[in-house]
Formats: sequence, C-alpha cells, structure tokens
Amino acid sequence: MQTPTNIETSWPDAIYAHFRRVGVRQVGYVPDAGHSRLIALCQNDPNIADVVLTTEEEGVGLVAGAALGEQRAALLMQSSGVGNCVNMFSLLQNCGFGCVILVTMRGEFGEFNPWQVPMGAITEEVLRLAGFLTYRIENPDDVDDIVGAGCDMAFDGNLQVAILLAQRLIGRKQWTR
Amino acid sequence: MLDRRDFVQQLLIDRGDLLVVSGLGSATYDVAAAGDHPLNFYLWGAMGGTAMIGLGLALAQPGRRVAVLTGDGDMLMGIGSLATIGVKQPNNLAIVVLDNAHYAETGMQPSHTQSGVDLVAMALACRFKHARAVSRIEDAAEVRKLLHTGEGPILVSARIKEEDVPRVLPLRDGHAIKQRFMDALNS
Repeated sequence: MQTPTNIETSWPDAIYAHFRRVGVRQVGYVPDAGHSRLIALCQNDPNIADVVLTTEEEGVGLVAGAALGEQRAALLMQSSGVGNCVNMFSLLQNCGFGCVILVTMRGEFGEFNPWQVPMGAITEEVLRLAGFLTYRIENPDDVDDIVGAGCDMAFDGNLQVAILLAQRLIGRKQWTR
Repeated sequence: MLDRRDFVQQLLIDRGDLLVVSGLGSATYDVAAAGDHPLNFYLWGAMGGTAMIGLGLALAQPGRRVAVLTGDGDMLMGIGSLATIGVKQPNNLAIVVLDNAHYAETGMQPSHTQSGVDLVAMALACRFKHARAVSRIEDAAEVRKLLHTGEGPILVSARIKEEDVPRVLPLRDGHAIKQRFMDALNS
C-alpha cells in the first residue's frame, strides 16, 4: 500500500510514464507549481525537448509544428492558461493535429484567491467549445487509466484531448509561507 | 524598399527540401505566388502562431532547414515567441518578416514597426544568432543563403513597399495542407 504522501507525489510520474510510452518528444509549458514535478521529469529526459513558453498560446503553435514534423507533443498549463489559447486552438481543429493538454485546475475546491475563480469556473466548457474531449481527474488512482486513454485517443486519432487535474488532486495552494 | 513578390520569389528559388511556414494573409499569398509546393505549410488563421509552428517543426526535424515567412503584424502578435526561440536556439530555423509597417489585410492601418519598434533589435536581445534588416533586392541572394546554411536562430526584417498586391490563394483545407506536407516530408 502506498501512503497518501506517496500517492500525491506519484501522479506526475504516472503521466510521465505515458509520455514515454506513446513517445511524446516535445513538451511545452508555462512554469506551474502543480506541474513542477512533471516539468522536472521532462527536463531531465534527453528524448524530450522541454520548451518554456512566455504564454500558453505559443504552445498550441509548438504542438502543430511538432506534429507537422512527425513528433508528438504535449502541453502543461494551469486553467488560467486555457483562456490564453482560445483562437490558436482553431489550428488544431482545422488541421487535425493530435494534442494532449494536462490542465492543473485553479479557482475551484478550496481556492484562496478569488481572482482565479472566473477562468477556473469556465475552463472545461471553454475547452469543449474549442473542440476538445475533456476528462477530469479527482482521484490519484484514476490518473494512470485516464491519461493513458487520453494519450491514445489524441495520438492514434489526431484528436484534441484535455485532462483536467482537479484542485483536490493537486492540493490547495499553501499561502502560509 | 523591396517588391514583396520579387523578394519572396528570389528567396524560394531552387529551394530543395526547405520547409516553409507562411503567416496568414499577404505572406501566405506571397509564398503561393512564388510557386505552390507541398513543403509549404500555409496558414490562413492562427495569427501570432507562425514562428512557434516553425520552432516545433525545427525541433522535430533537426536535419532539415525551416523558414518562417510572415508579416510584421503576425510577428508582433506572437512577439514572446522570439524569447521562447531564443531559449531553445534552433540552429535550423530562420524567420523572414515581410515588414511593410502596415496591416495590409485590414486596410493598411499602421503597425508598431512604423513608429520605430525594432524587430531586429528584439531578436538580438532574445539571443538570435543573426538578425538584420534588408531593403534592397540585391540582398535577396544573401538572405536565401542564410535560409539554407545560416547558423540559426535567424531573423531578417525585409522592408517591403506598402503596396497592396493581388491575392494569390493557395489550398485552404487545413487537413489537406497538413497531409500533403507530411507526405512530401517522407518522399
């Protein structure tokens, strides 16, 4: 049995294992506390080009260019970043570029900062309107299954898949220090 | 000042297996006017994304040369991508900004570059290996050579005339443009 602490640290590893399994070669991200372990795993992998972005919107172009050059790419972002991408998402739909986005949620369960709430509250709806299949994960035990299925659908079917990692899964942002 | 069609045509002469991404609007029409080619990825939207598509492609195909041809408006909208490209330092990527200092597609409203905002200085500040402005057709051969053999990342700001030239419309179906490109990549 894993202790709760181990489970908390293991979900990024489960995502990373699927990146390796399906051959993700480029990962775009804007630095994010929730994704910090996954970002570090990607940075340390010589087979993955980690691309730090100035805005999440750039990542959509990156995915399209990677796919055009026959590489699979994934994006890591916060829910606020989804709002930065909306027009650029049309590129993925128009051309059928397979894409997986892992979205760490803010502005929901236990959110301390109300400024995160308006975008967090509409993130999943925005993604659906933009043509994404969306899956939401609350429980660490579901990460392996759902991320695995999402990666397969995206890259085998040239679909756009977004996986929302709920704030309950990630843990509340700590404001005490 | 350059004639945009002459300049782009000279850049793409004997292009070999050069991969070309063109920004929406006039840049896409210029690249199409130089001769349709399966290794052209024409954008008809996604304004601000052209340089980043170039980066993703350059990272995925390190053995090939990637040329991004786009307008000043598209480059300005995605100006942060210069910083992102500067971090990754792709040596096979070159960006040519066809800079008329105007938004030609929407009625020739002035762009930021008309006020002296300097894309070349921005690229150098973002660690581009080479960045320069050109305004004479005699420079086209040298820019063409940069696209094929220059050490990237490279940015060239090509000062073009503010004329509105006839549209030359290539394929518009994104799936078809992508599939044709990917088939040609392997042939």
